[in-house]
Amino acid sequence: MALRLLHHTRTAAVHAVLILGAGLMAYPFIWMWRASFQSAGEIFGAVANPPPIWDSIAENYGRALFETPLLRFMLNGLIMTGGILIAQVLTTVICAFALAKYDFRGRKILFALVLLSLAVPAQATALPIFIVLAKVGLLDTYLSMMVPYLTSGFAIFLFHQFIKSFPDEILLAARLDGMTEIEIVFRIVMPAMLPAIAAFAIFSITFHWNDLYWPMIAIRSADMAPPTLGLLFFRSQGGGGDSFGPLMACATLVTAPLILVSLVAQRKFVQGVTMTGVK
Amino acid sequence: MHGHGIKITNARKQFGRAEILQRIDLDIQAGEFLTLLGPSGCGKSTLLRMIAGFDQLSSGSIQIGDREITRLPPKKRDVAMVFQSYALYPHMTVAKNIGMPLEMSRLSFRQRLPGSRLFSRQVREIHREIAQTVDKVAGQLDLKPLLDRKPAQLSGGQRQRVAVGRAIVRQPSVFLMDEPLSNLDAKLRIQLREEISDLHRRTGITFLYVTHDQTEAMAMSNRVAVMQSGRIVQCAKPQEIYNRPSELAVARFVGSVAINELPVTVASGDILLAQRSLKLRAAEAPNDACTLALRPESLEAVSHDEEADFTLPLLHVEFSGSEVTLRCDASALGTDRIRVQMRAERFERLRGEGAIEDQVALRILAQNALLFSRTGQLMPAQLATRGAGR
Repeated sequence: MALRLLHHTRTAAVHAVLILGAGLMAYPFIWMWRASFQSAGEIFGAVANPPPIWDSIAENYGRALFETPLLRFMLNGLIMTGGILIAQVLTTVICAFALAKYDFRGRKILFALVLLSLAVPAQATALPIFIVLAKVGLLDTYLSMMVPYLTSGFAIFLFHQFIKSFPDEILLAARLDGMTEIEIVFRIVMPAMLPAIAAFAIFSITFHWNDLYWPMIAIRSADMAPPTLGLLFFRSQGGGGDSFGPLMACATLVTAPLILVSLVAQRKFVQGVTMTGVK
Repeated sequence: MHGHGIKITNARKQFGRAEILQRIDLDIQAGEFLTLLGPSGCGKSTLLRMIAGFDQLSSGSIQIGDREITRLPPKKRDVAMVFQSYALYPHMTVAKNIGMPLEMSRLSFRQRLPGSRLFSRQVREIHREIAQTVDKVAGQLDLKPLLDRKPAQLSGGQRQRVAVGRAIVRQPSVFLMDEPLSNLDAKLRIQLREEISDLHRRTGITFLYVTHDQTEAMAMSNRVAVMQSGRIVQCAKPQEIYNRPSELAVARFVGSVAINELPVTVASGDILLAQRSLKLRAAEAPNDACTLALRPESLEAVSHDEEADFTLPLLHVEFSGSEVTLRCDASALGTDRIRVQMRAERFERLRGEGAIEDQVALRILAQNALLFSRTGQLMPAQLATRGAGR
């Protein structure tokens, strides 16, 4: 009986901690959603007779969508994250395949360098890359947003672990059938590792959609800005406290795609990270 | 369809210091079914992989037909292979799996790029031909209802059949099989064994089959090459491997019931076992300590009134349908166990006579007895029962 009680209290305590953590994470979002549903006055304190909530929503989201270049920002963000993801998958799968399945001199050193690159913070390489881009005259272009992220040490590592457990005999069979190595990668290995690629894609998309640091360095004109930077432009341009509602509406719209994707792909995501092997 | 012979000359393979293959010479006839038999790690799979071209020999040469292929890449060798793990492409349907070798050989690299089917009528035409061929092969292997399934939805036997289909679809001149049946259960193994034999007879392709299962090797092959630590110990017909093994190691490896080994001494043609002379003579054998090896059916249980070589305590009787195997305690003869096999009727008769109870009297049948030297080589000396000539 006592044991059972202990078990229950422990479960309750664990859940309390988890709920607290979840609340801490969710609170800024809840605040953001609430603010995007309110008129300017309401956000900072009680107003005697607030306008109806539908009016506030129409006002905030209307201004967010039609008076700011939000859709343009989101298109920029889509091009940037999409471009980065495609480039990353193409470069890292091939690289991981070579590291996992070929035996060549220097393979271990190369792999160690890949792992080492994970320890280098983006800030350390930002300045040299910026200078190069400035010299080449590529600043303020889509390409400049993508350049530092065209490949990924993390992806190489993740895919390497996956490909290593891929049966060698299938590769031998493919070679015997007459496939070229590049076809083996794209026709045999890649389809088998789609879950792993999906898991990495979520990491990559989240990171780059939310990234502010690099776009702030590489991008100057509002036309090219991805959503995060765009919001910053919007805030400094709009100034005053009265546009807080539309700003929060913008933020809600910018974060919405990621939240939806995470909700839908949650299970796949866990699968992809925990999975190794073909079956 | 016709197979080509394989000629392996002086093949060696080293990995670092370790010599995996030491001077292999093997001449496989066109259309032959040859099995490489040996315990795991003896180099049989390595040799197969050298022939397929997955790895290069350290020295020596391999010819298929008249072509020197030692340095050619796998796809240029005109060989097909079936793997132990089936090695099917996991996300492709059965039809795609079987058709893949044809797609690779009939379409150019550019024609294989995605979407090429949309633009070129020629590519569509080739795909249609491939589909027809795949359909024909699937019909031969009873795979037609499964063509749209993925490998994960198939049983082990079906998967192996798909792998065979993928291998024969482009009509290779040599067919390599690397322990294709060892992942299957016993009953299925026997069924597929028969199917593979039928396939060999029907196609006339040269089969090179690797296994560690001696019953498989004996049942299917024209010839068996027994390998031991990187060399071929004996290469002969199954009957000869069984009846006249060139070394004790081969004798131990072959046969479903373990061979009996008795430590004997030869003294001027007489064979002494535990200081007693047997009724067996090896007239030409030199005087030395030897091993007398007896297949379980080369020992005969005899009734009381017949002359026996030795009488041993009976430990266990094992029935397997038509055959009965007796296990006797042979510590008195300087070895552990002696196994004797006989027909079930004979066993019943002898037991009825009271000849098989706690003790059983045994006689050695001279014609199948084998005498091995101290180093394990078969001694050429003729064995005969004493007085048989008189």
